[in-house]
Amino acid sequence: MKILVGVKRVVDYNVRIQVNPDGSGVATNGVKMSMNPFDEIAVEEALRLKEAGKAEEVIAVTIGPKASQEQLRTALAMGADRAIHVETDEEIQPLTGARILKALTDKESPKIVMLGKQAIDDDNNQTAQMLAALSNWPQATFASKVEVEGDVANVTREVDAGLETLAVDLPAVISADLRLNEPRYVKLPDIMKAKRKPIETVTLADLAVEQAAAVKVLKTSAPAQREAGIKVESVDELVAALKEKGLI
Amino acid sequence: MSKVLIIAEHDGANLNGSTARAVTCAQGIGADSVDVAVFASDGSAVAGQVAALSGVSTVLQIDNAANEQAVAAILAPQVQALASDYSHVLVPSTTFGKDLAPRVAALLGVPQISDIMRVESATVFDRPIYAGNAVTTVEAPAGIVVGTVRTASFSAADAGGSATVEKREVSAELPSHTRFVKLETSGGGDRPDLQAAAKVVSGGRGVGSEENFKVIYDFADKLGAGVGASRAAVDAGFIPNDHQVGQTGKIIAPELYIAFGISGAIQHLAGIKDAGTIVAVNKDPDAPIFEVADFGLVADLFEVIPELEKALG
Repeated sequence: MKILVGVKRVVDYNVRIQVNPDGSGVATNGVKMSMNPFDEIAVEEALRLKEAGKAEEVIAVTIGPKASQEQLRTALAMGADRAIHVETDEEIQPLTGARILKALTDKESPKIVMLGKQAIDDDNNQTAQMLAALSNWPQATFASKVEVEGDVANVTREVDAGLETLAVDLPAVISADLRLNEPRYVKLPDIMKAKRKPIETVTLADLAVEQAAAVKVLKTSAPAQREAGIKVESVDELVAALKEKGLI
Repeated sequence: MSKVLIIAEHDGANLNGSTARAVTCAQGIGADSVDVAVFASDGSAVAGQVAALSGVSTVLQIDNAANEQAVAAILAPQVQALASDYSHVLVPSTTFGKDLAPRVAALLGVPQISDIMRVESATVFDRPIYAGNAVTTVEAPAGIVVGTVRTASFSAADAGGSATVEKREVSAELPSHTRFVKLETSGGGDRPDLQAAAKVVSGGRGVGSEENFKVIYDFADKLGAGVGASRAAVDAGFIPNDHQVGQTGKIIAPELYIAFGISGAIQHLAGIKDAGTIVAVNKDPDAPIFEVADFGLVADLFEVIPELEKALG
């Protein structure tokens, strides 16, 4: 079976982002870009399923501008077999992203689509669920454990109440949470090898996908900051302060 | 004219506190009516609790054996069937709502707005991006607005309502491809729910081990507080995942938050920004948590906690 895994180019998680003073967005010029960390976990899980003999091929997909190919190369260096770049300079919101992935799943017929649960830029946490809805496939979001047996995946999910397990018939969409695995480090020879792996480039028009009605961003602003308070010197001082506020 | 439908979160017996916060968000929209749907195998008890929230117009009780567990793939087509009567569908931004709302939106062919933290109008909302390091003001396009409500941004609707409860049949084709197997809870006992607790005591990597977390639990019990943790503490296996506070864990807004041995990574701070008073105890005077703490104490948590317990009597 094939696994399709989604990869998004985002501002690196170590970057302290700056909001443009004119409200136009977040500064991305000259900022380090990386693969969305949740997507790295998704790629790793797909590779582990392949290494365990549960899948034959891992296909990495990205949607974005030309530069997004860097993140596909990372996925290929990790071990993905080939990659598809849906090239566009337009902003792609989750519903359109899900339509694109639906078009690709119709073409590639994977048994599992593995995505990160959210991208750390827009924090939407929507694409996996939307793809599952459009395909009428099961969804197993926020996965912390994936076990594939034949045509069924047992997925443990991190939910507010604890750990939930769902059994889903394949094909299914799975979204990766933080504790699903620890992604491998890419070694230099693998980076060299990845350069020879194929990347197919397609456009929205090739896939006959139209942009969905979009949410319009009116402005972006810096969040209200909490002021730092005071340092107390002792437990007595702390207790007195909390008592004064009526908190204890 | 706005008509809001909220999907209640519950465990079959009790309404989750997040639903009452979504009701407050709906009232901010200036809705003509706010209906709440309870999907369950027998939703009578939960529907009764919803009816008592002020601001709720009608409670829709949709009983179906398939709704015994909240499985998004099974609930979404039922929500879709109800949605045509409404201008808005809102769900709390908990793991329940985050799982369900995008599936509903995609079935309806509309985008979804995640983590609504402020309502400007019926179609304009603020939401956080980049782990809360920026806020965007967004406008939903024409059509039904589907959104998740960042519960820490809204107070809970008061009790004192007396909405009518209507039993509804919903005709929708329900899939059999997704089956609930089990839910393992960490068994918090009588401790208050983290997201509803007025006080939360949290531990981080500085607590050092699973055994040492007993100190945190005991102190929390003394205060009647919920127990939280940083991602580092959960990753280290000190405490189960459902205690994690932060961007990818729970976003909370207690009156009092006490952090022991938590350095304060951005992702953790994103989960506590709306707390009333933040207290931080950490050995490292440069820990970032002190930048947001109302009261900081540079000290060893294992010395501080016994002293605090003594002072509290």
